[in-house]
Amino acid sequence: MKYLDEFSNPELASKLVDQIHAATSGEWAMMEVCGGQTHSIIRHGIDQLLPDSIELIHGPGCPVCVTPLEMIDKALAIAEQPGVIFCSFGDMLRVPGSGKDLFRIKSAGADVRVVYSPLDALNLARDNPDKQVVFFGIGFETTAPANAMTVYQAQRLGVPNFSLLVSHVLVPPAIAAIMESPTCRVQAFLAAGHVCSVMGTSEYPPLAAKYEVPIVVTGFEPLDILEGIRRTVLQLESGRYELENAYPRAVRDEGNPAAMAMLRDVFEITDRAWRGIGMIPGSGWKLSSRYAEFDAEERFSVTDIHTAESSVCRSGEVLQGLIKPHECEAFGNECTPRNPLGATMVSSEGACAAYYTYRRLDLPTPTVREPAGTRG
Amino acid sequence: MAEPDTAPIDLDGWVCPAPLRDSPTIVMGHGGGGALSAELVEHLFLPGFGPAAADVQLGDSAIVDVGGTRLAFSTDSYVVRPMFFPGGSIGDLAVHGTVNDLAMAGATPLVLSTAFILEEGTDLADIGRVAEAMGAAASAAGVRLVTGDTKVVDSGHGDKVFVNTAGIGLVPDGVDLRPDAAQVGDAVIVSGDIGVHGVAVMSSREGLEFETSIESDTAPLHGLVAAMLETGARLRVLRDPTRGGVAASLNEIAKASGVGVELTERELPIPQPVRDACGLLGLDPLYVANEGKLVAFVAAEDAELVLEAMRRHEYGKGASLVGTCVEAHPGMVVARTGLGGTRVVDLPLGEQLPRIC
Repeated sequence: MKYLDEFSNPELASKLVDQIHAATSGEWAMMEVCGGQTHSIIRHGIDQLLPDSIELIHGPGCPVCVTPLEMIDKALAIAEQPGVIFCSFGDMLRVPGSGKDLFRIKSAGADVRVVYSPLDALNLARDNPDKQVVFFGIGFETTAPANAMTVYQAQRLGVPNFSLLVSHVLVPPAIAAIMESPTCRVQAFLAAGHVCSVMGTSEYPPLAAKYEVPIVVTGFEPLDILEGIRRTVLQLESGRYELENAYPRAVRDEGNPAAMAMLRDVFEITDRAWRGIGMIPGSGWKLSSRYAEFDAEERFSVTDIHTAESSVCRSGEVLQGLIKPHECEAFGNECTPRNPLGATMVSSEGACAAYYTYRRLDLPTPTVREPAGTRG
Repeated sequence: MAEPDTAPIDLDGWVCPAPLRDSPTIVMGHGGGGALSAELVEHLFLPGFGPAAADVQLGDSAIVDVGGTRLAFSTDSYVVRPMFFPGGSIGDLAVHGTVNDLAMAGATPLVLSTAFILEEGTDLADIGRVAEAMGAAASAAGVRLVTGDTKVVDSGHGDKVFVNTAGIGLVPDGVDLRPDAAQVGDAVIVSGDIGVHGVAVMSSREGLEFETSIESDTAPLHGLVAAMLETGARLRVLRDPTRGGVAASLNEIAKASGVGVELTERELPIPQPVRDACGLLGLDPLYVANEGKLVAFVAAEDAELVLEAMRRHEYGKGASLVGTCVEAHPGMVVARTGLGGTRVVDLPLGEQLPRIC
């Protein structure tokens, strides 16, 4: 595909790797924010090509991973109700709530469907006027415009049997929360290119200035990531901390004005809990009062569901970059992609799953123990 | 199986980490050809069958000795949706799938049975097209459809048409292909472009329609296998990488043979449209189904000989050497990435889940 294959070229990659090696003299810890970048780094073995003194810390940018347990329990409670068609992106189906996941609810007879676009869910609602169709609207600024458009269309077309279970989160408040953490080790950020293609770059210079960290907007193909790392290293080595855009083929400074207008209309800022991290003020979106009638939480009366997170799973520390996945005692033992304790092990973009799937060979993986007896 | 397992079915006793073991029901992943499917066979069916399934061979075909003649015997059911897709139909698959299962044992397919489970209300014209496709595929493959059965279920209790076929083939003298026969040093070959069938079906699946020039690769492979056997090369294992894709087949063979498999990612023949569709949907072509391809484990010195013979055959033109068997990481498949890193290519769990962004 154009703009994909060219950015995986091994010869050019090896040139960039050489330049990174030549530019690096210090020890640097940088965080790639987006789970898609983590996936690409591990899948292509990019971190294996870097100087030992560069550490990539895997950030909280996997939408599946940071969706709180409580929200999944709400999804399960809605999906189990008769007359409901519950639609979701595929990744979410295997994320465990309190003891169940959407797959299991489906196998027990609930109508749970994987869709590729929220607009497909809206079409389902129009085709099934006697059913309630709910879409699980999770994700960052990337998935939000399509969800916003769907709610906008639902109102415009008058589709009263559609609703959205909203769990949207925002990147800049998460960057601030990471930098405010007393145990923070992050010295620079590879910002999530696709988020910036929607929102533009204006939110990031104040963060770079306040926390004195370089922030480089970075893409997802191997060359994009290497170029992001190279520019970050150059800033770190010269003591600069600026916003740079290393993904200009997709990201304009002003973002996507049409998408942003739609987001402003449909959503408003709210506090959100992040799985494994906790409450971050002003870090998410909920439906604005103009569209409150499409809020699935209200429609199905699940606002009172409150759930505590697993005490064994250390995904919060993984998401904050405090430990690497394999440094968790449960990694590869109680917690595997087949029996995940936390969402970072479920999603293909989750750091734990990426380590387990692609990197088991190089890690001092603990030997698999006999059955633990109970599921977490 | 080394020993018949006659233990009672103990759902709680499934080896760790057993997924969904507290789920009392079948989930879609049990049919995905990955780890969940394997566990269902090992921990539910075999204990359930008891001594009747003693010494069963868990390959694509069973080899049965009848008065000194070795017969390959295999069965498979087809539930593909939609029943017509670019490049074929459920009828083509029903013939080719069973023919190929026999061919992977080195057998010459002779006869097939077929059984239809039809849903009330299904268009007769559609069933007719499926039947014609089966007839044409069987004739082209040189096998006869010799017996069959038809059942109808109430509307809503099926999905238009499910097809089962079973087949019998003759294993030539001296041919002994089995999944545990791979050896360290063996060359790993695939017969052509991978991921084609899965992408073709996905492109026409309801709710997911996208435009692609890709057509299913569904094809009978016993002729290709015969050409490979004729070379006299030391063929160790053949497998048709259907559900679960090349990754599942390689993992099964690595595990059964106790060898490691090292793939060179950039040698994998992945056509551009498959690469694009998988990139868009967040899928890995190594896990996407094929219906007209095989993977072969061959003694390294004979690899060139086999590759030449394959490339001369209609269904092996794109044959490529993609990896080798190594002593390191037994039971595990590892890919060397295009950039020079490495990654583990694991057995798929169940179905591939499309990624969010």
